[in-house]
Amino acid sequence: MDIHEYQAKEILSSFGVTIPRGGIVYSPENAENKAREIGGSKWVVKAQIHSGARGKAGGIIVCNSPLEVAQATDKLLGKKLVTNQTGPDGKIVNRIYIEEATDIEKELYLGLVFDRSSESIMVVASTEGGMSVEEIAKEKPETIIRSKIEVAVGIQNFQARELAFGLGIESDLISRASDTIIGCAKAFSELDATMVEVNPLVISKQKQILALDCKMSFDNNAMFRRSKVSELRDKTQEEEKEVYASDRGLNYVSLEGNIGNIINGAGLAMASMDMIKLAGGEPANFLDVGGGATPEKIVKAFRLITMDKKVKVILVNIFAGINRCDWVAEGIVQALKKIDVKVPLVIRLAGTNVEKGNKILKESKINFIEANTLEDAANKAVKALK
Amino acid sequence: MAVIINKDTKIIIQGFTGKMGTFHAEEMIKYGSNVVGGVTPGKGGIKHLDRPVFNTVKDAVKETGATASILFVPPAFAADSAMEAADAGIKTCVAIVDGIPSHDMIRIKRYMRRYSRTEKMTLVGPNCAGIISPGKSMLGIMPGHIYKEGRVGIISRSGTLGYEAAQQMKNLNIGISTSVGIGGDPINGSSFRDIIEKFETDDETDAILMIGEIGGPQEVAAGEFAKENMKKPVIGYIAGLTAPKGRVMGHAGAIVSAYGESAIEKVEILKECGVIISKNPSVMGDTVKSVLEKI
Repeated sequence: MDIHEYQAKEILSSFGVTIPRGGIVYSPENAENKAREIGGSKWVVKAQIHSGARGKAGGIIVCNSPLEVAQATDKLLGKKLVTNQTGPDGKIVNRIYIEEATDIEKELYLGLVFDRSSESIMVVASTEGGMSVEEIAKEKPETIIRSKIEVAVGIQNFQARELAFGLGIESDLISRASDTIIGCAKAFSELDATMVEVNPLVISKQKQILALDCKMSFDNNAMFRRSKVSELRDKTQEEEKEVYASDRGLNYVSLEGNIGNIINGAGLAMASMDMIKLAGGEPANFLDVGGGATPEKIVKAFRLITMDKKVKVILVNIFAGINRCDWVAEGIVQALKKIDVKVPLVIRLAGTNVEKGNKILKESKINFIEANTLEDAANKAVKALK
Repeated sequence: MAVIINKDTKIIIQGFTGKMGTFHAEEMIKYGSNVVGGVTPGKGGIKHLDRPVFNTVKDAVKETGATASILFVPPAFAADSAMEAADAGIKTCVAIVDGIPSHDMIRIKRYMRRYSRTEKMTLVGPNCAGIISPGKSMLGIMPGHIYKEGRVGIISRSGTLGYEAAQQMKNLNIGISTSVGIGGDPINGSSFRDIIEKFETDDETDAILMIGEIGGPQEVAAGEFAKENMKKPVIGYIAGLTAPKGRVMGHAGAIVSAYGESAIEKVEILKECGVIISKNPSVMGDTVKSVLEKI
């Protein structure tokens, strides 16, 4: 789960990380007042969307008066921002963060992630802040320094110090920099985060160490014990069909093609999408209805896929393990009674009780194209497009 | 002998008396697995499915001599149960459950470092279908009847894609020594490399099919291990050619976040390591067949 920049800043600030003065606003009037309240003579108006690269998309505006702050807010609110991470539809701006401008002396990079090779928490830092970590890795890999956190004891002071000295931070500021690194590490460990990124982490001309932009993501599997974090979810930043799916226990990712998929198991779903591509088609989605694909879940899956207007063919591929094909077939028949499916439907059932399942489908008189293998299913789905 | 589990392996069910535990214990017993009892804290002393229930894994191990366990406990308590199994001397623990927080998985793995390499429990999963040695024992939730007994080892992150492979192989009259589902989570108990190493030294396995997907470094690590250390042929398939970068594809671990984690990149690296690639998921069985014919 992703959260907004301002929410990440609030969290990190509660772990001892210094952030510039700022506040969230929802209207231009609000913004003007907030600018006066913050004080100073220069402000940054920042569109809050779940994406990086907002600056290049026009989502970050520097202002020299409270009036300009109001105008910039008016310009951004309600607008859809398209960045290189949002996809072509962009993401809607419903919240604006007003922040005092910072006199930057140096920009650094600080990030924490799970390292899947060492199965530990890894701190990654670089002197080249402001660029994405991928760009840094490509263009200035020699500037990247790493440190592994031992989960049994957490990050140690010496590790934070080593990182801070490694970033070339001057002696007077080492202890502040260490506190910042330790704060981020504690937030990561204590809140079930999967990613914390401060980019850039800046040293200001006034010799402050400030988190200028922050990103945090959290482990969806840990939300049962992180109720405060889960309240920070902003569904307006997620794709509509994906919200519908996640609210109903379906694993769904919207894609660009026109062949809709209903499949059980994530691996089989990816494999089926690959087969569609090899057969010359493009999948409209990834959808895993899960191992125990109950008739109710199949109905929900059909509802979801038929919401997608791009879909010209639906491919159902179920490999029944513990759940049986006859059970899945019942679900499909039920779904088609409730939902008017106007596009061709290709169904491939395999595994436990496959004969019974196919018999139920045939006797129900529903209109469908039967497929026997993965390849057959993909070929027939692509053929049905024409 | 097959790897990890055999006909005689004594199995206990953690979360025995719950709905899931009961259902799958019955399936395993029907298959012929040697289920000797189970654990449900607070219900020790009763009988369930004609087998004793214990309060702790330690009690169960002491009374039954069990060496393997399978977890059917909710994700929030799964880490605790896995550590309990390790501490009680269980040698193989399969965690079926989907939804264990990654921070918990890291803690489990850190906890297990207290045991020497020979004493350490083999944890398989989480978020997996489990292990089956066809005709011998099933320590998992797969449909046992699609697995034919034979001499090919399977390792798969995905459950259903593993079934797909087993079925394709059965249709071609190819049998399986053991199939191991290692699960779709970013941090898991056993990696491809851990299991592939066991197959290399198994007398009853001639070739290994490795079914991977996008995300993470484990397929490549196994490929590199195979190149340096293995004599038996390794066949590979990687799912997710069409998966967009940066999106989680169902499995929490199926996300491309670094170089070498996309399907195309993994396939290229595996080829360089001498792994024979099944070019699409519908020819996994055929690819295994052509490799077996050359042995």
